[in-house]
Amino acid sequence: MSAADLSIGGARAALDAGDLSAVELADAVLDRASATEAQLHAYLLIDHEGARAAAVAADEAIAAGTAGPLTGIPIALKDNMVTEGVETTCASQILAGWEPPYDGTAVAKLKQSGAVIVGKTNLDEFAMGSSTENSAFGTSRNPWDTDRVPGGSSGGSAVSVAVGSALGAFGSDTGGSIRQPAALTGTVGFKPTYGLVSRYGLIAFASSLDQIGPFARDVDDALTLFEAVAGHDPMDSTSWDGAVPDARPTLDAGPEGLRVGVVEEMNGEGADPQVLARYREVLSALESAGATLVDVSMPSIAHPVSTYYLIAPAEASANLARFDGIRYGHRADGETVEELMARTRGEGFGPEVIRRILLGTYALSAGYYDAFYGQAQKVRTLAIQDFERAYEQVDVIAAPTSPTTAFKIGERSENPLAMYLSDVFTIPSNLSGHPAISVPAGTDDAGLPIGFQLLAPALGEPVLFRAAKAVESLMGVSARPRLEEVAG
Amino acid sequence: MIVESASGRWEPVIGIEVHVELETKSKMFCGCTVDTEAEPNTNVCPVCLALPGALPVINERAIEWIARIGLALGCTVTPDTVFSRKNYFYADIPKGYQISQFDLPVCADGHLDIEVDGVASRVGIERAHMEEDTAKSQHAGDGGRIHTATSTLVDFNRAGVPLVEIVSRPDMHTGAQARAYAQALRQVVLALDVSDAKLEEGSMRFDANVSVRPEGEPELGTKVEVKNMNSFRSLERAVDHEISRQIAHIESGGTVIQETRHWDEADGRTHGMRTKEGSSDYRYFTEPDLPPMHLDEDWVAPIRAALPELPEARAARYRQMGLEAGAADVLAPASPRARELFESAVGAGGDPRQVANWLVQDVTAWLRKADTDLEATPLSAGHLVELGRLVDDGKLSSSAAVMVLGHVLAGDGAPAGVAEANDLIQISDAGALESAIDEIIAANPEEWERYVGGEQKLTGFFVGQVMRVTQGKADPKLVSQILRDKA
Repeated sequence: MSAADLSIGGARAALDAGDLSAVELADAVLDRASATEAQLHAYLLIDHEGARAAAVAADEAIAAGTAGPLTGIPIALKDNMVTEGVETTCASQILAGWEPPYDGTAVAKLKQSGAVIVGKTNLDEFAMGSSTENSAFGTSRNPWDTDRVPGGSSGGSAVSVAVGSALGAFGSDTGGSIRQPAALTGTVGFKPTYGLVSRYGLIAFASSLDQIGPFARDVDDALTLFEAVAGHDPMDSTSWDGAVPDARPTLDAGPEGLRVGVVEEMNGEGADPQVLARYREVLSALESAGATLVDVSMPSIAHPVSTYYLIAPAEASANLARFDGIRYGHRADGETVEELMARTRGEGFGPEVIRRILLGTYALSAGYYDAFYGQAQKVRTLAIQDFERAYEQVDVIAAPTSPTTAFKIGERSENPLAMYLSDVFTIPSNLSGHPAISVPAGTDDAGLPIGFQLLAPALGEPVLFRAAKAVESLMGVSARPRLEEVAG
Repeated sequence: MIVESASGRWEPVIGIEVHVELETKSKMFCGCTVDTEAEPNTNVCPVCLALPGALPVINERAIEWIARIGLALGCTVTPDTVFSRKNYFYADIPKGYQISQFDLPVCADGHLDIEVDGVASRVGIERAHMEEDTAKSQHAGDGGRIHTATSTLVDFNRAGVPLVEIVSRPDMHTGAQARAYAQALRQVVLALDVSDAKLEEGSMRFDANVSVRPEGEPELGTKVEVKNMNSFRSLERAVDHEISRQIAHIESGGTVIQETRHWDEADGRTHGMRTKEGSSDYRYFTEPDLPPMHLDEDWVAPIRAALPELPEARAARYRQMGLEAGAADVLAPASPRARELFESAVGAGGDPRQVANWLVQDVTAWLRKADTDLEATPLSAGHLVELGRLVDDGKLSSSAAVMVLGHVLAGDGAPAGVAEANDLIQISDAGALESAIDEIIAANPEEWERYVGGEQKLTGFFVGQVMRVTQGKADPKLVSQILRDKA
């Protein structure tokens, strides 16, 4: 077994015991990347030098006894997280070549913790998509079946963790962009409560929905990664200024006594039968282990996708206005400022990004605002109230993560609506700002991973991680993709 | 208020939008220093350059300052207020939107009282909202004009400077009222110490919305926004010109169109800018990067309590102290040092009118001539009191007092010493004057006869002769008294 296949917890123990050096671990991970990247394309950029330098520093810290939980742990970052001096593109031509002059807060925290940053992972351009097919720099492939997508938008991060070209990774989740690729790659993906991880330095897609979160091979690791980046940041005015709820003490408390909500409107209707069967199997397992299943109804979340596709594009239409060719990134020529900007944007953005900018611009336009954006905000408020009512009766809510397992590359790329429906079960917790996690729940007949999703109220991380760990214990940590099929 | 023309009687209606840059230490949404005069692009950071991933953080001091402005204008502070994004593309808008406010401004519903030619009126303030300034474009090459420039450079030092927009109601009807409103508003802003409000440097800028309607017509006419006035005089001229232009245009069969027109100081006219089809749609929506602000009474009360005395109230107080309206209106908004000297001198027994006149006229004239500030001179309230006493005691004539004041300002010493040193003390000794008067009577027997005979106008002749021989040092009142006694 290669060191690249260790969990973060396992690697930590080996590093601290002196059985493994951070440099050896980094080399193992970089070797794994070399072996798999040609097939999988998880990364847009691998920072060999930076990773080795960080590994050397980590070994020194370990020797000096100043190591923290992530010292020497190779981590991958979605390429919408701003990294000082390291090209950050959002998988868009419009930012190709841009080297940021600063680190985002989460990145700075990871560096401070001694993590070894392996590189920047592929995504759907500006995090808009559910497959990574919208990347301007090529699709990432699912290591379980390379004809299939890894999910998205944080597909590259999911793949890196699934195959060991990183021990953990970070992505961003605006409508399911962490949880859905986690489900499709057999990894754990966690979206924290909105505001627990600073968005400073996360290139904005939809400000009121975006949240940074981790990918990991098990629930323990996901919590470790989350703990490293969580906390108040004065640079992000939407960041939570209270204490980060501590999920450690109750992590292993087990399922007994947990009240698990089964929501009528999120009960898997329209989902693949095998996904539904596995979802019900996990629910039964929880019940048998002492949890109580409670039926709840949340009528306002019946149409999450339409609500989401008004709010997210509206915010995106403004967030992406800064890419105008004036200060950074791609610039086209023009006789006038207007022409320069219009051409820059027309050339620099891909079709899905343009589609969403148009959608959002339309939704905010005079005469349409009330019917579209205004109405969507009202539905969002109702959805939050529905969740709050539900959490009076239950501790966590269960749902499938994705209605299907990994789909074929190209299968949905010509049908935006079918693609948008990939997020039907994940969007509600972005609208509410509540935490949610996807944990592996086995595979379908074709051997493709299925995810099981848990949702909790705002700041409900302790009960969420406890429930996730319970599911993991019941279902077993996911099998890993067969490397011989993806290694070049 | 009503303009009579060949075709009838018209009522012009004017509203003013004023932008004031706040002189806070740092910008509205980042920690960059506010200094728009610095080398281009030196006060910039990821936030004000709108680098990907950067986020705004509210400068609380700026919110306090806009509340100060609003409270001084009698506005209500909105208890729950939010920022909104105003979306439009331009090279000097780094984010592609300006963080501004839309339907919930920090301040609403105030007023400002103005006076033109002795006629007072009240101008309603619709709102004062918080926003951020844009960057500054510089058109380079071929004279720096926008249409012929070969390139445009952008300086982001100004991007994100806190900007307050104060919107009046359409309560003005003449260029003079527009000017008076803008001037009064500037005085308020200066008194609150929140901006240097310099017109020429653009830290205070105004746009006028002008329309005309037939007298008695309840509906407002189509408004035209007039921009590019950078003095109070050009504001007045531009508004008056635009009123005449609109009336003449309607009378010649035209229709006023809603547009923005630029005032050209050189030719004294407004010029239409290239108009676009339809009105701009800024697609305002609540800024998701900033939480709502809760400005409750607990927050407002200390700001209200700490408001300084405003120029209008101070002028009224000065008038009550006996100052003429003119002097009160000049002194009330004058520099803090001038007001401090006035108030301390009066407190120490100085005569308010005398002290005010010295400060408003003579000291001001001297400072202008010497090209210096009051703060740079040693003039104290004690000096002013001492000077007043010398005049009251008959030791200084009023003209000599002004000369003494000049010496004191120049740093030559205190009034009494300066007067002595420069031989300006009046001869108030009747004995000394009597012999001089006797000599003059002896030399002018004919005039003396006529004076004794009741020709009062000869008093001036004799006083003048005495002043001549005493080189101006005689107390003219005393001379008259002696003459009367002798006659």
